[in-house]
Amino acid sequence: MSTVKRDYVRPLDFKAGCVDMSHGAGGRAMAQLIDELFLAAFDNDWLRQLNDQACFAVPTGRMVMATDSHVVSPLFFPGGDIGALSVHGTINDVAMSGARPLYLSATFILEEGFSLADLRRIVESMAAASRAARVPIVTGDTKVVEKGKGDGVFITTTGVGVVPEGVEVSGDRARPGDRVLVSGTLGDHGVAIMSFRESLGFETTIRSDTAALHGLVARMVEAAPGVRCLRDPTRGGLAATLNELARQSRVGFRIRERDVPVKAEVNAACELLGLDPLNVANEGKLVAICAPEDAARLLATMRAHPLGRDAAVIGEAIEDPHRFVQMETGFGGSRIVDWLSGEQLPRIC
Amino acid sequence: MKHVDEFRDGRLARVLADRIARAVEPGRHYRFMEFCGGHTHAISRYGVTDLLPASIETVHGPGCPVCVLPIGRIDNAIALARERGAILCTYADTMRVPAARGSSLAKAKAAGADVRMVYSAADALRVARENPAREVVFLAIGFETTTPPTAHAILEADRAGLANFSVFCNHVVTPAAIANILESPQVRGIGTVPLDGFVGPAHVSCVIGSQPYEFFAEEYAKPVVIAGFEPLDVMQAVLMLVEQVNDGRHEVENEFARAVTREGNAKAKALVAEVFELRRSFEWRGLGEVPYSALRIKARYERFDAEKRYDIVYRPVLDNKACECGAILRGAKRPKDCKAFGTVCTPENPLGSCMVSSEGACAAYYAYGRFRDREAA
Repeated sequence: MSTVKRDYVRPLDFKAGCVDMSHGAGGRAMAQLIDELFLAAFDNDWLRQLNDQACFAVPTGRMVMATDSHVVSPLFFPGGDIGALSVHGTINDVAMSGARPLYLSATFILEEGFSLADLRRIVESMAAASRAARVPIVTGDTKVVEKGKGDGVFITTTGVGVVPEGVEVSGDRARPGDRVLVSGTLGDHGVAIMSFRESLGFETTIRSDTAALHGLVARMVEAAPGVRCLRDPTRGGLAATLNELARQSRVGFRIRERDVPVKAEVNAACELLGLDPLNVANEGKLVAICAPEDAARLLATMRAHPLGRDAAVIGEAIEDPHRFVQMETGFGGSRIVDWLSGEQLPRIC
Repeated sequence: MKHVDEFRDGRLARVLADRIARAVEPGRHYRFMEFCGGHTHAISRYGVTDLLPASIETVHGPGCPVCVLPIGRIDNAIALARERGAILCTYADTMRVPAARGSSLAKAKAAGADVRMVYSAADALRVARENPAREVVFLAIGFETTTPPTAHAILEADRAGLANFSVFCNHVVTPAAIANILESPQVRGIGTVPLDGFVGPAHVSCVIGSQPYEFFAEEYAKPVVIAGFEPLDVMQAVLMLVEQVNDGRHEVENEFARAVTREGNAKAKALVAEVFELRRSFEWRGLGEVPYSALRIKARYERFDAEKRYDIVYRPVLDNKACECGAILRGAKRPKDCKAFGTVCTPENPLGSCMVSSEGACAAYYAYGRFRDREAA
């Protein structure tokens, strides 16, 4: 038995400590941060090997890969935080191909002076999200930038997944006549974030809808393997997603305002701020497009899943060389649902 | 949503649409100008024109606060932030208004100027309190709706002895602009822009009341119906205007009686009267110099007047030649009459100010209505 005594290392101060440049310098401090924080939280066989990469067996069939960076402000918001968001966001991007997500990587860019307590909260939230989704974080990286050169913490996650046989989901597959479905109420995430920004200071009970949608997607592709398009309407909201799909598939869309699910509180907040809920971000919703004969089955499957309870058929794809997304307003008229121009800015009066 | 959904009810809209369709006289054409951008936005967003008979035309007016702000004033504001090192606070849409040489406050911000978006004049005051070592200028714009909050902020700053706060005042007044449209040669003289009546402002009228419009209705023999910003308000106002035109009446009627009185908001008016006075003349984008159409800060509060504090010199800048904003703001042209519309002028790269705010005639038409062109073609 070895008699070599291990050097005493003072544990990281997760109460009052801060990130400093040494945490990214490749020395002992960095190794300690990785050991005491990231390895402890994300713990799995791949990370325990302490390699610079994760090695895993490749399943047969088609694989997908997606990456997503997260720079949200504030870092903590009602219903979630940047950590959970960074896991859900990439899982969802992988899942929107119909795939089953397998592994994630995570990269942190930390700003010098960032509180270790907040960092631990974020990392533990990521670990919890990844465990709940059963998609492990198998490799990662940490960099530290000088104070003033970052905004606390930026997180980039990358995910890989495998597409079940017979499933072919892509944004260019919508055809005139296809039905458009959404999995639930729109605008919750964006309003939750905005309600928390200091300059607005209004109170709402709305929570972010941040969630991993791969479980819902698995049910959907099982029930309707012919589903044509899936996309999560994140930044730019439903409006941006439908315009993207219109452009990719070379079709137009016609939706009905009265069928688009929006919570009364979200509507009220948007009303107050002069925003359109169709432009507001979601982090736990998806848009699905399917052949008309699949619509009823797909809708029933979505509604049977906890993350699709409020799913609805909101319209259909139409032939349109201009690729316009049109909406029949609840009032009885028609209008375009356009891309957002620039940033979403509130109106003046 | 209570107190909102009731005014967007599709069933009631159809009832009103039927009544309007029955009210219009065969062979008669009705042209109504909605003065406010809020109405323009509501008409476009809810597709109100789809519910009106073809013989009723809605003409967009100049009541969009950022649309009428002349280029030179934005240049002045950019200079305050870039050359004087001030923190410049302003309302959101103002950030994107095109200034001279392809600049804008948003672009100045990207280049390092300290420009901050605020939701209210009180927010600007807070920025001043939090940054005692910096000069903070509030770029104040808007009609009578946004004027009382600016007056309140100046009085607050006066009470608190806040030395680093000032206001670059660009507040304009509605009645003068309506008179200018009615006095313009296109409207009065050759009659190329015939208007049969006005849908009067909603929020502005909450402050000034309905009384100031009585003069136009009388002098120019044009009916005015003050209307709320909800789509049913607009429909009801259109019906009331049609009935006035049919009867040969030209009165001020108040559809927005749930918020507007004849006298308006006495407290708000008193605040404004305490702090502001009329300017002899002010340049409006689109309308040019309009006499007694804007406010400046009274001498008593001149230490909060950015124009005096920084010796701001105003230099008028001509609009881009291709831009028809002027004619569009006067109701003489429609967005699609402009060659730049949807080509070199889009919401991403606005050439003229009407393409900036969602209340601007061009932006509203681009965002909500441009599919109609194709149907017409």
